[in-house]
Amino acid sequence: MNPAGKTSRRLPDWLTAQRSVRVSAAILGAITLAAILGPVLSPHDYLTTDFDELTRPPSLGDGHVFGTDDLGRDLFVRTMLGIRVTLMVAVVASLVSLVIGVSYGAVAGYVGGRTDAIMMRLVDALYAMPFIFFVILLMALFDRSLFLIFVAIGAVKWLDMARIVRGQTLSIKNREFVQAARLTGVPTTRVILRHIAPNLLGVVVVYVTLTIPQAILVESFLSFLGLGIQEPQTSLGTLVDAGVPHAESAVWLLLIPATLLAVILLCFNFLGDGLKDALDARRRR
Amino acid sequence: MLPLLRYTLRRLLSAIPTLFLVVALAFILVHQAPGSPFSDERVLPEAVEDNLRARYHLDESLPEQFVRYVGGLLRGDFGPSYSYPDRSVGDLIAIGLPVSLKLGALALIVSVVLGIAAGIVAALQHNKPLDRLVTGFAMTGISVPVFVVAPVLVLLFAVHLDWLPTSWSGSSGLSRLVLPVIALALPEIASIARLTRANLIDVLGSDFVRTAKAQGLGTAAIVRHHALKPALLPVLSYMGPTIAAVLTGSVVVEEVFGIPGLGQFFVRGALNRDYTLVLGVVVLYAVLIVGLNLIVDLLYSLIDPRIRYR
Repeated sequence: MNPAGKTSRRLPDWLTAQRSVRVSAAILGAITLAAILGPVLSPHDYLTTDFDELTRPPSLGDGHVFGTDDLGRDLFVRTMLGIRVTLMVAVVASLVSLVIGVSYGAVAGYVGGRTDAIMMRLVDALYAMPFIFFVILLMALFDRSLFLIFVAIGAVKWLDMARIVRGQTLSIKNREFVQAARLTGVPTTRVILRHIAPNLLGVVVVYVTLTIPQAILVESFLSFLGLGIQEPQTSLGTLVDAGVPHAESAVWLLLIPATLLAVILLCFNFLGDGLKDALDARRRR
Repeated sequence: MLPLLRYTLRRLLSAIPTLFLVVALAFILVHQAPGSPFSDERVLPEAVEDNLRARYHLDESLPEQFVRYVGGLLRGDFGPSYSYPDRSVGDLIAIGLPVSLKLGALALIVSVVLGIAAGIVAALQHNKPLDRLVTGFAMTGISVPVFVVAPVLVLLFAVHLDWLPTSWSGSSGLSRLVLPVIALALPEIASIARLTRANLIDVLGSDFVRTAKAQGLGTAAIVRHHALKPALLPVLSYMGPTIAAVLTGSVVVEEVFGIPGLGQFFVRGALNRDYTLVLGVVVLYAVLIVGLNLIVDLLYSLIDPRIRYR
């Protein structure tokens, strides 16, 4: 099914076999490209207020493709910048959770025994905590900064990753090639880096893809409550929050950022789900 | 019955360190925050502020305050509120909790009933149009956040169609609960539908179902008498996360619809630096989550005989 040797440099075929994976990757690519290029190509910027053009509905004629907000700022550029911020926050926060989760899980799985038991008991205990309330507290009580958002989201989302990586490490640890490496005297760090880490890659990639939409949710949730990204900086959550009071008179201010947020989340979830199915199917073979 | 009792006791005991961790973490976080609850726009004379600090025991050392706070909690006393001077946090919780509980309980019931029903329909129609519809809806429900669903629902059903009230105040009865409950339940309906569908499809492909079919049982009878119970067990164990999600979601829903529940008190309290109010709500939510999880696990072990109380 999978001709050998063909998969060396590109993404492996089994990962991109499903249509949902290819379609959502394409949509996400297009949105990212628009978010990067849009503000550069547009004649407007995200800050300039134009009092002759307050709350204009979307139109192709005057260059405000998404219309303008109640301060006369171009919604297209603001939305694209919001997507940039949202994606950036989500990716960095997911990487934070990846670093914490993978190191924690790998250590617990590799060391095993009593250490593993204690470390996983702690994870179980943390699962029972109302984390999102801690994140709200953190954002409300301390100076809000991008850095704090990364830390807060990353610190919440590493638990799943730790569990999954631990399980994987446990099963890889007992495979013949690892045993063989150990018996021939390969040092522990080298065993972990050369033999275990590469085999964790598939799972980790899949779960990062599934963490990104969750991070987007937390960030936009915080921004919606007014605790995340602050004006005049913007994110999709901030834009939705700003659109709600105008929903009756200027519905595009709510619907455009809300739809884009929904599409991005939907695509990431389809992507993650598809990759997970592909991974499961491959493992079963 | 004895092993169940022992299991319950052990779980109750193991909940204590978790709750202690929550209280300690929240306490430290709140007290490390820059600024004080009294440092808003009004500049208070130093003597007044000192008096205030003394009244709320903020002049004591952190460990002393912590011991005092935990001691109060054990007696069911959440302490005085900073931003509502005449009320204790317990009073505020007594106002907010019933509202939030009603909202949460209704949302939970709606999500379980509709989620399981949709999941069963999809599983029985596996790979047919109706299944695609449910799966598509479920993916959307999981992806689209509550704070997007809620304003859109208001716009559609309250503003344009004018079927339901737009906000909490200015209306009464059940009608003002409809939209908040739907907004809160949608993602959970979606998750439960997905879970039910996947499990039921699995069970329907298993050997004992094939045997039942070979004996001439109809699909309806097989599902009702044989397949449903094993398919719904994982759904039951998913109730823990669902409860937590409903509690969290209610913070947003209460904000959007202006419902005076615990979530709103929490957000206001956090913004006003009302330390004791915020702490009290976090502790209460932690107790609710841990307690309801325990109940779910106990139910699970009662229903599934394969579970041994380890």
